Amino acid sequence: MTVATEFKRRDFLKATVTLGGGLLISAYIPQWNKTSAATLVDATHAFAPNAFVRVGTDDSITIIANHSEMGQGVYTSLPMMLAEELECDWTKVRVEPAPVDPAYNHSVFGLQMTGGSTTTTSEYDRFRKMGAMARIMLIAAAAQNWNVDTQTCRAEKGYVVHAASGRRAAYGSLADAAAKQTRPTDIPLKDPKNFTIIGKPIHRLDTPSKTNGTAQFGLDVYIPGMLTAVVARPPVFGGKVVSFNADQAKAIPGVVDVRQVPSGVVVIAKGFWPAKLGREKLDITWDDGPGANISSVALRQEYAETSRTPGIVAKKIGDPAGALAGSAKKITAEFEVPYLSHSMMEPLNTVVDLRSDSCEVWTGTQFETMDRLAAAKVAGLKPEQVKLNTTLLGGGFGRRANPACDFVTEAVEVAKVAKAPVKVVWTREDDIRGGWYRPLWYDHFEAGLDAQGNPVAWLHTIVGQSIMAGTLFEQFGIKNGIDSASVEGAADILYGIPNLLVDLHSPKSLVPVQWWRSVGHSHTGFSVEAFLDQVAHAGGKDPYQLRRTLLANQPRMLAVLDLAAKKANWGGPLPAGRARGIAGHFSFDSYVAQVAEVSIDKDGTPRVHKIVASVDCGRVINPDTVKAQIEGGIIFGLTAALKTEITLENGRVQQSNFNNYPMVRMYDSPEIEVHIVESAEKPTGVGEPGVPPVAPAIANALLVLTGKPIRRLPIKAEDLRSA
Amino acid sequence: MPENISRRRSAFLVGGLLSAALAASSLAWSQQSPVTPAAVPSAMLDSSKAATSQAAFLRAWTVFDSPRCKNCHPAGDAPLQGDDSHVHIQNVKRGADGKGLYGMKCHTCHQDANLAGANMPPGNPKWSLPPAKMKMVIQGETAGQFCRQLKDPAKNGNRSLPQIMEHVSQDDLVGWGWNPGDGRTLPPLNRPDFVAAMQQWVDNGAACPQ
Amino acid sequence: MISFTVNGKPVSVEDPPSTPLLWVLRDSLQLTGTKFGCGMALCGACTVHIDGEAVRSCVAPVSRAEGKKITTIEGLSPDATHPLQEAWIEIEVPQCGYCQSGQIMSAAVLLRENPKPTDEDIDEAMSGNICRCGTYPRIRRAIHRAAEIQAQRAAK
Repeated sequence: MTVATEFKRRDFLKATVTLGGGLLISAYIPQWNKTSAATLVDATHAFAPNAFVRVGTDDSITIIANHSEMGQGVYTSLPMMLAEELECDWTKVRVEPAPVDPAYNHSVFGLQMTGGSTTTTSEYDRFRKMGAMARIMLIAAAAQNWNVDTQTCRAEKGYVVHAASGRRAAYGSLADAAAKQTRPTDIPLKDPKNFTIIGKPIHRLDTPSKTNGTAQFGLDVYIPGMLTAVVARPPVFGGKVVSFNADQAKAIPGVVDVRQVPSGVVVIAKGFWPAKLGREKLDITWDDGPGANISSVALRQEYAETSRTPGIVAKKIGDPAGALAGSAKKITAEFEVPYLSHSMMEPLNTVVDLRSDSCEVWTGTQFETMDRLAAAKVAGLKPEQVKLNTTLLGGGFGRRANPACDFVTEAVEVAKVAKAPVKVVWTREDDIRGGWYRPLWYDHFEAGLDAQGNPVAWLHTIVGQSIMAGTLFEQFGIKNGIDSASVEGAADILYGIPNLLVDLHSPKSLVPVQWWRSVGHSHTGFSVEAFLDQVAHAGGKDPYQLRRTLLANQPRMLAVLDLAAKKANWGGPLPAGRARGIAGHFSFDSYVAQVAEVSIDKDGTPRVHKIVASVDCGRVINPDTVKAQIEGGIIFGLTAALKTEITLENGRVQQSNFNNYPMVRMYDSPEIEVHIVESAEKPTGVGEPGVPPVAPAIANALLVLTGKPIRRLPIKAEDLRSA
Repeated sequence: MPENISRRRSAFLVGGLLSAALAASSLAWSQQSPVTPAAVPSAMLDSSKAATSQAAFLRAWTVFDSPRCKNCHPAGDAPLQGDDSHVHIQNVKRGADGKGLYGMKCHTCHQDANLAGANMPPGNPKWSLPPAKMKMVIQGETAGQFCRQLKDPAKNGNRSLPQIMEHVSQDDLVGWGWNPGDGRTLPPLNRPDFVAAMQQWVDNGAACPQ
Repeated sequence: MISFTVNGKPVSVEDPPSTPLLWVLRDSLQLTGTKFGCGMALCGACTVHIDGEAVRSCVAPVSRAEGKKITTIEGLSPDATHPLQEAWIEIEVPQCGYCQSGQIMSAAVLLRENPKPTDEDIDEAMSGNICRCGTYPRIRRAIHRAAEIQAQRAAK
């Protein structure tokens, strides 16, 4: 997700000042430990020089992760960055989720949260500094013990070493003494050429627990006396409960209570199964409200018409209208993508233990600060009275950073009526029908080519709901009526086209929308890159060569494109019936290119045999994790390209589970190669940038095979047939 | 789900042939009763019996060709699903015994009985496809092709006509077709009518349609 | 009362016989390694073994377990050293990890019945398990690797 992908850096700083003044100082010490240096040795007998690391007297190194682990590997990459400077023994490193505290706020967004593919980029400096701080204090402690100059000591794999005398002291033995040292103000960092951990394919710390059943996700939290609840939510967005039958549900053995809550009707039971059976008996009458009129078919038609009218200008270069009028050849195309559900494998859930003066919450969230505030508000408590525990997330993809804090808010509402600790569990159907979708988007393009076939005018009108409108992020993310997330990947295209216009319509709807892995790029990556191939074909150009020409002033994108083309043997021979398609996209400050090798199956559906990807995400912390994220992004993008759509009719979502919202499975999973461009630039995102190029690379290969452009996702067999 | 063009096409072809055949057979059927055996020469009698048998089979065929039967009698080695007979989305395969492969055997998901709710896995203690050695394909076959397959001892598990009748009338898994669980359409004939049609087919010489 | 063994330990539960085994394992026995993903046998996250055969526990009534041996991810090996578990770590398969218990339990049946699976065998054995993070290419590699580990152990 992106909270604010398109925020300019200075906007971030402003936001940080507004939301979390004194950030750098508070980063060092969490409020729950903001006392004298003596308490730097905490109850666990550890040296805790700052909020991010504890050195145990048993030599254990506990690194506190302030970003959620939802598969992207941050429970390993964050410790790697800290350990690099700490010079500790990696085998002693453990990771622990951070409590909610301003000390753990995102260094850019000023909230404790995970998203926007920003964990590495936002923590690269801080985590190294936190490790270096600890190392400096450990060295100072040893030097003091030995009565030698700190300059004569160095740190090495968990020991402070005094080479001249051959003395060595394990970090654990220095914990007490280190806690008495003054925190350094000047914290120099290593020259990257001396890195021993950063840049190496280190094994993930969380993997063993994920192969033996011990990894604890939110759904795995069981506390004494806990009940389980499922909520019947309106079948139409904005609907209200008119009446329901509690008696039939209560007759199910195990059902404890049935109550109305703001989001619907909750069945509270001793376990999930009776709760679910009870819900089936509620016989609720709903007042659907105006949402009952929503239909995807009508929306698409409405958006199509809107896309042919001028919107609010997001970006203008040169004289696009004039250049179009004067061009030798004009091309027009329209693209559409549907609402999409995140469908994390772990359905949403939250455990709440609400007492008169406290509230404890366990959930897999990407949005700690906001969720704690929301819980406090519903509970009528102060935020400090709410303890929120971040568990492992069984997938996030943006859904667990809900701007309305929907799943936590509802769970605390349920806890208020449950009068006992309670776990609210969403079923798969609740998840798929629960809204907060990637918006339905419609894109209208007009391009003008010169006599040589080069695009000289590019006009792109986007229609789709704003994600940030009506949320806390509106003040940062929407400027002059433009939601930056709606036009990202379109208004900032890297191609050197001299006359460019990108404008935007942001229609409103009762269907709630949200950031979905790669956010706006999930549609602009497809539409821009698929349209560019149509432009290339119209101009008689090889799509790869046209991109090279247009990227003459974009060396990093060009290098990524060249690498993918080379590794995929662009232009080389292929088995009969196959074609290659290429696409590149810049998102989350990273550059990704992909070449897809595609054929059409006997049954008329596309088959993707292989995808070769290249990525430049600046300095790489863990190359294996980068590869994994790009691989995963490709599969995620492939599902969107070939399989899934959320459609509404009479306001009702027509999909419900993986039978009609089908995922890519092993048998349609292509071979994937990922190549990383070595870089000394600042690290940038990898969680999301793998997604946008997938669909256009496939569409572009299909254009070669069928001669028919792909203009909507998911790609359907009928879109491949000649007219 | 992406639609399956070739399958749709073949279904259309089968449907076309079938409706043509049905039109002919209903004519034959309606002409049957006034004809008394004594009044016609034996050649005509045989031909009339054959027509009766064929017509009966064509009526039974509407059941065989319904998704409830066809989905587990696929042309390939993957079972089909749903009223649109799409390929089972989990890439399930037949296996030598018809009971699936590895961690994707039929009983991995299918229980001894249907589970409540639309699209929940249907169930039966014998849930399976025909074994690999006796595939008994319905998908993509014409009524005539299937009829000949059904009668061929080399392809039907060495079953005699009475044994075939026992299978269609008594077998519990065949019977599932008329108790398919929530949200699934029923075959076009009920089981007694289907069995009666099959019996008429057998009694009149088990003649196969073209 | 329904009695069976889970990972070698005898248990008796009082859940109604139609309760899915998944919720008996999780809510009654608090064996949480087996996951809830879809409730319709569509995703495979809930896969366990009943007498060695893979079963989607979200749709299997607990009555089916009566007198049987249930194995969950927690009991796949006594010390988490099943060849698949080792290969999963070596290849770094999991991302979020939520689906991996089910993936491993499905793969375990494959590897037992087919010690040297081809890519096609893997497609046929593993397509009942969804991974939203997209770890399929690594699952494939890890199954091949586990087959090697299994063969090496057998040779010793």
